[in-house]
Amino acid sequence: MSAIPGVVAVNTFREAVRDRVLYNLVFFALLMIGAAILVGQVSIGIDRLVIVNLGLSAISIFGFVMAVFMGVGLVYKEIEKRTLYSLLAKPVRRWQFLTGKYAGLLLTLLVNTLFMTAGLAAALYYVGRPFLRSDFSIVVAIYFILLALALVTAFALFFSCFSSPMLSTLFTLGVYVTGFFAADIRDFGKLTHNPLISAVTRAIYYVLPNFHNFDAIAAAGHGEPIPGALIAQNTAYAVVYVALLLVASSAVFSSRNLK
Amino acid sequence: MTRSVQSRSIRIVAIAAPILLAAVVLLQTGIDARTRSIAQQKEELLLQSPATAKKLSLGYDALLADVYWTRAVQLYGDKVGKTHEGFDLLYPLLNIATSLDPKLLPAYHFGAIFLSQTGIGGAGRPDLAVKLVQRGIAANPEDWHLDLDLGFIYYWWLRDYSDAAKAYLAASKAPGGPSWLSITAARMAQKGGSLEMSRMIWSQLYESSKDPRVRKNARDELTGLKALDDENHLNDLAVGYRQRFGHFPASSADLVHSGMLPGVPLDPAGFPYQFGLDGKAKLDRRSPVVISPPPPSPPPRPPDKSPAK
Amino acid sequence: MSTPAIEIAGLTKDYPVGFWRKRMRRSLDDLNLKVEDGETFGFLGPNGAGKTTTLKLLMGLIFPTSGTARVRGRSIDDVNMHREIGYLPEQPYFYDYLTARELLDYYARFSGYSRAERRERVGRFLEVVGLRDAADLQLRKFSKGMLQRVGFAQAILHDPPVIFLDEPMSGLDPLGRREVRDVILDLKRQGRTVFFSTHILSDAEMLCDRVAVVVGGKLQGVGAPGDFVSPEVQGMEILFEAGESALPAALAQRAMQTGGRYRIEVPEAELHAALADLRGCEARILSVLPIRPSLEDYFLRLVNRRELAPRSVEVAAQ
Repeated sequence: MSAIPGVVAVNTFREAVRDRVLYNLVFFALLMIGAAILVGQVSIGIDRLVIVNLGLSAISIFGFVMAVFMGVGLVYKEIEKRTLYSLLAKPVRRWQFLTGKYAGLLLTLLVNTLFMTAGLAAALYYVGRPFLRSDFSIVVAIYFILLALALVTAFALFFSCFSSPMLSTLFTLGVYVTGFFAADIRDFGKLTHNPLISAVTRAIYYVLPNFHNFDAIAAAGHGEPIPGALIAQNTAYAVVYVALLLVASSAVFSSRNLK
Repeated sequence: MTRSVQSRSIRIVAIAAPILLAAVVLLQTGIDARTRSIAQQKEELLLQSPATAKKLSLGYDALLADVYWTRAVQLYGDKVGKTHEGFDLLYPLLNIATSLDPKLLPAYHFGAIFLSQTGIGGAGRPDLAVKLVQRGIAANPEDWHLDLDLGFIYYWWLRDYSDAAKAYLAASKAPGGPSWLSITAARMAQKGGSLEMSRMIWSQLYESSKDPRVRKNARDELTGLKALDDENHLNDLAVGYRQRFGHFPASSADLVHSGMLPGVPLDPAGFPYQFGLDGKAKLDRRSPVVISPPPPSPPPRPPDKSPAK
Repeated sequence: MSTPAIEIAGLTKDYPVGFWRKRMRRSLDDLNLKVEDGETFGFLGPNGAGKTTTLKLLMGLIFPTSGTARVRGRSIDDVNMHREIGYLPEQPYFYDYLTARELLDYYARFSGYSRAERRERVGRFLEVVGLRDAADLQLRKFSKGMLQRVGFAQAILHDPPVIFLDEPMSGLDPLGRREVRDVILDLKRQGRTVFFSTHILSDAEMLCDRVAVVVGGKLQGVGAPGDFVSPEVQGMEILFEAGESALPAALAQRAMQTGGRYRIEVPEAELHAALADLRGCEARILSVLPIRPSLEDYFLRLVNRRELAPRSVEVAAQ
């Protein structure tokens, strides 16, 4: 029983590979190559900084786009194409199917990010700085990006359980952007001096996912160490929030009548 | 499609595509020219507020900071040596860049020099430079180069020798700061304004800066200072000449004939110095050497605004 | 009495319809059915009668409004029930980026076989459905008939005692349909229970021990195919070819001509007179057969009767 999510996950990964999703790495490679070659002429004194900023931002953006566009189709595609029909006739529980799809997409994102990390390392090497101890913060920053991607994917999966890809994309982007402004929403609530609005905006602040927690790009660029406590807290936050979303997804999906 | 229909389609595409593409390129060039002339009338930055930029970056602050820094450098490259207007956007760009990434040290360094620099070399706003660098010091308390830059602005452009000395002293005390700067600080308070002191700080800037533009600027200033020194020397000689001959020399050839100079003195660019009717030496019109005009007299001293440490 | 293979009790399904989803449409109304072990059972009805709804309810793809069902004694809510069933959906669609072998291997993993067992079974069933040569071709390149075969393979790969097929013959050419018939007969020989839905009555007549007829979401009747038709003879059918002389006008009017052949129906009492007339004009008699009402006639009568009344019952929202 416990092996089934793994079976689904591996198949989901295989689908992504055969869908040539990993070709995005070509664009990333071109970007990194271009940056490595041009950065010296354009930005004096901060070539390493620019490569790290650009590389990490690209890893984040590419990963985010992939997480959303593939995530919103995770369940929807299987229902539309009716591949789910023959699958659910097997001895498999719906939550096992969901967890497996999620894990498969996460695996795809992980592999993609690993390749990109190698590309970033190559660009840094080309620019000529040997790797220092402080570069470990780059690794941490990438880990944080992966945590953020895991969270975004969970949102996309959740929406995919009950709405079309277009709506799911809007919802997921909406969650990301609103989460970014969550602190402002809370502060605005405080300004109104209205206890009800303040309470509501504070609740919104806590409920919305705070993706800013996972942004360590600036620190990585300047080689600043990232405290272990933050690493632990971010990991726990991501794990808990993802678990919440997976449970919610299972609940929604398990009671859904498939067309 | 049959073979003949297919080859006809290929031929049509082969002819039409380059023509259409050329048309697109021409049109784009035309549009660019039009928008450039409009833009030249009033250059604007869509975002003036660092807070807004931070909000719109959606988390990609560090990268956006690099973008703004690059734009600042490009702006400088466009304007330097050509016009003394048009540097107005330099401060907003550097301001936003350093707000998005407070540890972007090269931006503070660049701003310290080129926000202050007068004429066609910069924005001519040392007050903004001070503001920028003070923010930099607050965000990077362990970097003594920023204190040095602050001291430089106070010394050279604001002619505020006591604040300059304070900043140099702070730099010498910061972790890793060269302790001999405290000696410079002491001397600065006393002998501020002397050519020797000025030469020393510009040399020191030239040696320590990693920014090639700043180094070039420093080299030019040093050249100007050398020329200034030569002019002062020639002025003294001209006074001596008048005492002997009753009038100022017409050119440096006169000084050579009278034996006061071994040869025609050339400025660092190789052009001979000229003399005005008032007997003051000046550079040949064709010479590329520039002597920086003295900055306007320092504003009345506001209440003590020494950099917080 | 042994446990029935399939036991359906009071199964009902309502769908909300309309923009605000307030009204309910009852697509299955109180279905009660028992299928014994080893039976080949046909589930008949016109399109939209509720056949696919019933199968989806049994498979757990949709959930009943009320009622229960059990397969081999296990409720359809029990995930372990699925170990003993195989399912071939209507117009099956599988992951088109996988090859046939990969697909079967994937599905086999859900049954917990070891790698060796999987390899053996996948190979064997690819052979059984005749796809050995296309085993490593991606499913996106498969024809409809080939997909149907893969569908069968995945349905029986784990030797389930009960097999559900939704319109297994639909869209197949005569050769394909023949093959499907042979597979069903083979499963029957192996003693498995086969439950399949179809609207092709001749197949049902040929294959099924019993059939159920459902129209408009309601069960109309259950029994052996022969039970639905009366044994009476309704008339005689004569096939003939025209001879040298012209046909008598009376006969020519009632005859249906196709190419050189003619077909005429006459009441039993008039048979000899008609034959005499035909011999009289030197027509060549090809065949003389009795006409018995078929399952199809029963079916059409049933459907036509219902078409005068509203097709589906609208139930007020609960």
